[in-house]
Amino acid sequence: MNDDVNLLYTDVETALRESVSDLLTARCSPEKVIAVFDGDREIQPKLWRSLALDLGLAGLLVPEERGGAGASAREAAVVLEELGRFAAPVPFLTSSVIASAALLHAGDDRLLATVASGERTAAVVVPFSTAPNDLRPTVRADGQGALNGRVTSVAGALEADVLLVPVAAQDGVELHAVEAGAASVTPVVSMDMTRQLADVDLDAAPGTRVVEAGGDTAVRGALELGAALIASEQLGVAQWCLDTTVSYLRERTQFGRSVGGFQAIKHRLADLYVTTESARAAARYAAATAADEDSDRHVAALMAKSYCSEAAVRAAEECVQLHGGIGMTWEHPAHLYLKRAKADQIALGNPQAARRQLGELVDLPMPPAGSTA
Amino acid sequence: MTTEETVRADLKERVDALLTTHDPATTDQLVFLRAQFDAGLAWVHFPEGLGGLGLPRAHQTYVNELLAAAGAPDNDPRRIGIGLGMAAPTILAFGTDEQKRRFLRPLWTGEEVWCQLFSEPGAGSDLAAVGTRAVRDGDTWVVNGQKVWTSSAHKARWAILLARTDPDVPKHAGMSYFICDMTDPGVEVRPLRQITGEAEFNEVFLSDARIPDAHRLGEEGEGWKVANATLMNERVAIGGNAAQREVSMIGFVANAWRTRPELRRPEAHDQLTSLWVEAEVARLSGKRLRQKLAAGEPGPEGSGMKLTFARLTQQITGFELQLLGEEGLRYADWTMTRPDIVDFTGRDAGYRYLRAKGNSIEGGTSEILRNIIAERVLKLPAEPRADKDIAWKDIPR
Repeated sequence: MNDDVNLLYTDVETALRESVSDLLTARCSPEKVIAVFDGDREIQPKLWRSLALDLGLAGLLVPEERGGAGASAREAAVVLEELGRFAAPVPFLTSSVIASAALLHAGDDRLLATVASGERTAAVVVPFSTAPNDLRPTVRADGQGALNGRVTSVAGALEADVLLVPVAAQDGVELHAVEAGAASVTPVVSMDMTRQLADVDLDAAPGTRVVEAGGDTAVRGALELGAALIASEQLGVAQWCLDTTVSYLRERTQFGRSVGGFQAIKHRLADLYVTTESARAAARYAAATAADEDSDRHVAALMAKSYCSEAAVRAAEECVQLHGGIGMTWEHPAHLYLKRAKADQIALGNPQAARRQLGELVDLPMPPAGSTA
Repeated sequence: MTTEETVRADLKERVDALLTTHDPATTDQLVFLRAQFDAGLAWVHFPEGLGGLGLPRAHQTYVNELLAAAGAPDNDPRRIGIGLGMAAPTILAFGTDEQKRRFLRPLWTGEEVWCQLFSEPGAGSDLAAVGTRAVRDGDTWVVNGQKVWTSSAHKARWAILLARTDPDVPKHAGMSYFICDMTDPGVEVRPLRQITGEAEFNEVFLSDARIPDAHRLGEEGEGWKVANATLMNERVAIGGNAAQREVSMIGFVANAWRTRPELRRPEAHDQLTSLWVEAEVARLSGKRLRQKLAAGEPGPEGSGMKLTFARLTQQITGFELQLLGEEGLRYADWTMTRPDIVDFTGRDAGYRYLRAKGNSIEGGTSEILRNIIAERVLKLPAEPRADKDIAWKDIPR
């Protein structure tokens, strides 16, 4: 455990946040994001190109000598906070965090460099709900090395040029790279259309093995980093919900008074503030320990996933409720955040799964089923 | 060397010098602590000459580590918590040079214990309603009234006291803040027995107690401003303590789960780990808040830490009793005692459960703290205040 860890934002992180925020303010209005739910995907490729290329976010986590920006998990976390605050429909988490982490571990620098430059987008092909310790590949390679199998509810696959497929092999898990065109990628109607899922079918698809046996370590590590950093996205969601609800309730009047002046409402918002600030501490700790490869990063990731998942859902649910009827409408963006929050809660291992695994790590084990006291 | 390294090297040198002239193995504890204070190593964030070196607060941790490694005595912050956490920062911020020189050193070394004479039977959450009167008589104030919920009053040498000095103006404007001598013949301390069975708190009766005007802190009529500084420090002190993982209520439960497998039930696991996560996140939030405040003064954010701390200790101690099952039905001892210090750790789970009920009341109720966060952090409209513009003496009560 690292007790010197800095849980505040550095000047570099603050500057990065501002540039991401400026771009999203200009290019990612709530109206455009809501339209994504009606099938208007026009905003997505352009927005991602701006973020990936203009701001250089595609290769944020990739070291400079391997073609990236050489930043750390702390900076990626700040980017995710902003993407959460705007419910931005871009594959940063799936390509620049999770897939890049898998490729970094794999050591395939040629492929990594194209992803880092933003030239190509990648996705790890697992159900988005997969917890880091629960990787169960359903794809197999035949005698000629062609891949067969079906993976459902994959995040980032629709946007991906290259699919990173965990393959069950005799001596463990391998990781294969498959050109998106060689697979059948079917969009599914998703709870969170700002991160639309897809089912991936591989029918004798040609692939390149990028990691031999031991690929499970690469994928699990990548999913763990994803779990550690999605907490910052969840923090961004919670922050938007808190800010928006507070400013709405300051202005909304009923019974001749500002609704935000009623104590029953004030107390709920005060609690939500405390929850959001707590989520910030959890998310910052997960990001900082991931950046330092601190030995406590596994505990930190699970803690952040557990806490921030619940915090974001609570914030979004309070946001909808406290906006009253307006919060239930399609026009008001509150629903974007509720959908993102709920999907993020289930993603990369739900809070119960995270806590169960955490119990093992901190020596608070689950007793065997059927045991009674 | 970076600035950071230079500061640490300098501190190391100062600590070594202290240890050379005062070998902890052979030096009396009080002599050592006084020397530590005089060397500026008591609280490095205080000014030079007042036990500090004017450095950022965070450096004290390093000093404490060096001293602990050398086997130096500590000043038992639990015993002198009110002095350290509340009186000292208030004296530093509002005291005269003479007051600072007189009070801070024996406060820090623990020679003089402090208590806090704020709450009254009729002024708890509405602290600005205090009715204890201080009337000027030349260079002295004559004080009459009753205070309540005063921890450590029976051990205390000094008290910080909030009293009404002008009943003819609205309540916030008519208070002043004093340092009260607990040995004055007009001060009577009576134990107040609580739901735990013990009397950790006291009632304090002030009958013609005399306080020299030189022991007033801050301007006459500005007691509310001074008291607010104390309260913000208090909330940070109550809410943000645990430096290490599991050094809080959750440690007891985690320990029971680890060492007593017969208590483990699958249906309790998620609640256990949930509380573990919350306790750890609360600890990190406190750490984050301290990092944020390292340079500045405590703000209303500290109220959030205290809210979390109160809720969590109550949830965890309630869970602990349930986890213990049959054992949770028992209670160690209802005999009335007067403990020297509030010690959650030295007692059984039943005591912890009952004592934790006070956490959401003392130092500001959770309801008042929510108002503070809503109004001062989130800038939501203030509660209606019917007594705002009325002279204190005319407020119906």
